[in-house]
Amino acid sequence: MDFLNALILLLNYIFIPALTYGSQLALGAIFVTLIYGILRFANFATGDMMSFGTMVTILFTWYFQSLGISLGVLPTALLAIPFGIFFMIFYMLSIDKFVFKYYRTNKSPPVQLAMVSIGVMFVTQAVVRIIIGPSDQRFFDGEKFIIKAREFKEITGLNEGLALKSTQVITVLVTIVLVSLLFWFLNKTKTGKSMKAYSDNEDLALLSGIDPKKIVMITWIIAGILATIGGALYGLDKSFKPFTYFNNMLPIFAAAIVGGIGNPFGAFLGGYVIAFSEIFLTYAYKKFFMYMLPESMEPESLIQLLSTDYKFAVSFSILVIVLLYRPSGIFKGKVL
Amino acid sequence: MRKNLNVIAAYSIMMSLIILVGIFQSWNIALSIFNLCLISAVMTMGANIQWGYAGLINFGIMGYTALGGLAAVLISVDPVQEAWSAGGFDILMSLWLIIAMVLIIRFILKRFNKSKIRTYSIAVIIISGILLIRFLAEPGIEAIEAVNPAKTGFLGGFGLPIIFSWIVGAFFAGGLAFIIGKVALGLRADYLAIATLLISEIVIAIIKHEDWLTRGVKNVIGLKRPAPYEVDLQSTDWFINLVEKFNSGKLELISNLSDRQAALNQLVIEGSSIFVKLCYSGLFLTVVIILLIITQKALYSPWGRMMRAIRDNEEAANAMGKNVVKQHLLIFILGSAIVGIAGAMLVTQDGLFTPGSYRPMRYTFLIWVMVIVGGSGNNFGAILGGFAVWFLWIEAAPIALFLINFFTAGMSETHALKLHLIESVPYFRFLMMGLGLLLIMRYRPKGILPEKIEIK
Repeated sequence: MDFLNALILLLNYIFIPALTYGSQLALGAIFVTLIYGILRFANFATGDMMSFGTMVTILFTWYFQSLGISLGVLPTALLAIPFGIFFMIFYMLSIDKFVFKYYRTNKSPPVQLAMVSIGVMFVTQAVVRIIIGPSDQRFFDGEKFIIKAREFKEITGLNEGLALKSTQVITVLVTIVLVSLLFWFLNKTKTGKSMKAYSDNEDLALLSGIDPKKIVMITWIIAGILATIGGALYGLDKSFKPFTYFNNMLPIFAAAIVGGIGNPFGAFLGGYVIAFSEIFLTYAYKKFFMYMLPESMEPESLIQLLSTDYKFAVSFSILVIVLLYRPSGIFKGKVL
Repeated sequence: MRKNLNVIAAYSIMMSLIILVGIFQSWNIALSIFNLCLISAVMTMGANIQWGYAGLINFGIMGYTALGGLAAVLISVDPVQEAWSAGGFDILMSLWLIIAMVLIIRFILKRFNKSKIRTYSIAVIIISGILLIRFLAEPGIEAIEAVNPAKTGFLGGFGLPIIFSWIVGAFFAGGLAFIIGKVALGLRADYLAIATLLISEIVIAIIKHEDWLTRGVKNVIGLKRPAPYEVDLQSTDWFINLVEKFNSGKLELISNLSDRQAALNQLVIEGSSIFVKLCYSGLFLTVVIILLIITQKALYSPWGRMMRAIRDNEEAANAMGKNVVKQHLLIFILGSAIVGIAGAMLVTQDGLFTPGSYRPMRYTFLIWVMVIVGGSGNNFGAILGGFAVWFLWIEAAPIALFLINFFTAGMSETHALKLHLIESVPYFRFLMMGLGLLLIMRYRPKGILPEKIEIK
């Protein structure tokens, strides 16, 4: 019984939250890695682009709610996400046309593109804050829990409750579907393969008749889908605040680099590596050991490796270690 | 003289803008803008040394600024004796442990060849060392934080004049840069940017949460000042006489004696805060001028030429026998040290240290906008960038408000869109910064005052 209690405890406080958070990071990290692999620059506007897509989704959610449209137990936001994606893609393509294209055709060094993306970051941040304001926005509706902690306790008779939020399940399911579709697209279709070829060797790809304009456009479209869905899922699960989204850029970057930048599968796993290590290292294991050890050996302190304040610091330290020992990332991305 | 015409023109426009603010808004605002412009200028000079001279991207400016601020606290605050006696021993022990750990690791790295066993043993030493330190320091930290937590709850500093912290801040920041440089300088440009950005976040996390050292988010307020206090000035005779002399024309117009006294008092209160700000301006201006002379000399010295050679073609410079790695590390340290000075200056001016206020937007990306807009590689350009961008950053809200009122003049006062726009006026500064950066990058990629290399 104690063993089961301990297991549920870990499931409830480590595994499920980390899986959800990891999925959200993974979507962002694939976005970063695609832009890096195909357009060849580190996009510092990542977080703010995600917040832009989420903002449009929120506005549509509110509009639907005012019309009385809802999905019953599911959050209305799911209905609004396609509209968010549409506007996001439009926004990204126009930014590309007016800003990034010039530097791409001039073959500017990646550093210059990264600087330009900082300009885009400022502008996007301003647009989001002017339209929706800097404060917290909640747009979740529908059924909040699939399993409630108290009900779980009553059914199983265990001491530890397991709470499963619907947003957590939605996040994980949507991520699985989206990522499998994406990998199918990248690996099996002609366009996906030409994207890979373009990422590996631009000149060779051009010689074999691949149209760079099409590749760039499709990259932005995929990026728009990933950014909006990733952002909206994060907002549904936690809450939407422009500043948090800007800050999320950092663990997303860490995930993309840890996974090997330019490698979408690596970025996907990198998201989970970052999320799990953040939560593993900052969780206080006192209760876990209380269940596992006999009473005489019960720990007195919290048995916490690092205080939760250092959550972000953990992912960044992992990044530094990876950069030092395996600069191409765990799953071999582009060699630096 | 002729070739410097654009520099002189740009600077006179900038100064006249600040003077205009003084005339139309108030001299107090103008001076506080000017002071922060000077501090920004120091930061941009630091970033410019790294980016403009050597082509290194450092997105960790926020971290160095915060370390400079920490130096100001550690130097100027009086030591808290109770806290030292409560937990000072544990902290010192931990410090010795850290030093011992570093020495052991250095020894292992030097003595043994690279192998898996070496890597693992170093990892084991680091992890067990951290656990041991946590175990040892915990009671000490708790004891320190329990000492009068509302007022102190930290070890305090050395109780020296805060001016010294400007130098110490430089050393702190330089030390951090040495560690980061050793770790990250081998990375390619954009990875270096990301790595430095993340490391600076770690630094901020530590400063925010190690309460025994920095008081964390409880902030340190009431730091000592290098300038006189307004309250003291207001009761000093020579200052009152000075104000009277300055405003004699205005005062003579008031015939009633008590009215005149009241007007004088008002002027003295205003004057005292302007006088204090002027003191700061003088101090900051001295720092800026000294740094400008040094950096200008360095730029045109053989060393500056070598740095540019490294920046423009690393392989060629390496082939000529220049030690690229060493020079990169050196310039990384120098630039960061200058940013550290600016961080200490900032805390000195504010008189308070608020770890929660260090955000990458304000202290990293804004500084980069300054460098790019002003002109990388040109010290005058970098300083001008600091001035222009900070001026715009502050004056963006009034400008935006004016524009909104202008374009929505046809709407009624209660129109929802107009009210919403007016409410979001503070965020137009981000828009202006972003558009400014994008336009400069597109149409004047070398900045307002581009790099100019004279061969003498």
